[in-house]
Amino acid sequence: MDQLRIAGRAYGSRLLVGTGKYRDFDETRMAIEASGAEIVTVAIRRTNIGQDPGQPNLLDAIPPSRYTILPNTAGCYSAEEAVRTLRLARELLDGHALVKLEVLGDSTTLFPNMPETLKAAEVLVKDGFQVMVYCTDDPVQARMLEALGCAAIMPLASLIGSGMGILNPWNLRLIIDNAKVPVIVDAGVGTASDAAIAMELGCDGVLMNSAIAHARNPVLMASAMRKAVEAGRTAFLAGRMPKKHYSADPSSPTSGLIGSRA
Amino acid sequence: MTAAMLELTLNGTSRRFSGTSLTLAALIEQLGYTGKRIAVEHNGEIVPRSQYGNILLANGDQLEIVVAVGGG
Repeated sequence: MDQLRIAGRAYGSRLLVGTGKYRDFDETRMAIEASGAEIVTVAIRRTNIGQDPGQPNLLDAIPPSRYTILPNTAGCYSAEEAVRTLRLARELLDGHALVKLEVLGDSTTLFPNMPETLKAAEVLVKDGFQVMVYCTDDPVQARMLEALGCAAIMPLASLIGSGMGILNPWNLRLIIDNAKVPVIVDAGVGTASDAAIAMELGCDGVLMNSAIAHARNPVLMASAMRKAVEAGRTAFLAGRMPKKHYSADPSSPTSGLIGSRA
Repeated sequence: MTAAMLELTLNGTSRRFSGTSLTLAALIEQLGYTGKRIAVEHNGEIVPRSQYGNILLANGDQLEIVVAVGGG
């Protein structure tokens, strides 16, 4: 069976999804169910002290008993903040070690700060975390992150929340061809064809949030993404036909046409 | 300052609590978080859930209390 293996654990789904930007927890739950995802990202934030402590909790809608919860460091701009956030996340999730590291470098583009990302990855790996790392689509830095012991390399396809799709498929291919750990496209997917293209390129998985949550019908888009990731993966395994740029090659027989001479 | 007050910084905001002896477990109960899925940092150190009853809070202590929220 074709499974995604991350840090020694196997997953049937190659689609990873976020939980941000939904209307409410009901919509979150239904979209995630429709996506078929098993790995689901969450953010870590301060509680609203003084506000009703009885309000619903995300982890009731997305129970850790059913999903692999992947806490992220979204909003962190330094290695120190990111490490601190993930240590809190590990306590919150009863010692769970699989995390998504992202250290941002710019508030307009949300482009990663790679020196801080590398610094945080090193600390986290030494501290026993299994680090799935959001990064630029730079094959050299991807190799550095792998050498540090990261569990998965997660280059952006385009900017977070942009829906611009895969802007540099050739860089992704270079990363995929070099990596021995899973490569998961994280950020930039806009619609189902983007996810399929990522998988056809040979990515091991796709992580997305906005493409589902900001669709007109998020639950329906979640199901489209599930199919796109499956179709793209299957096409990758099947091996596409070679492209022929200068000659056509008919699919039907060229002989036996009526009216032709025998 | 009146007697028997404890001043703590909770999630970046200074707050006063009556009494001078308050454990972290008692604070969490006062805030309504008992049994909720939270994590706590006390003066920069993560506190395992099992230790909440053993931490005695002092004036000026800094606490961060976090939960999981929606995010990508």
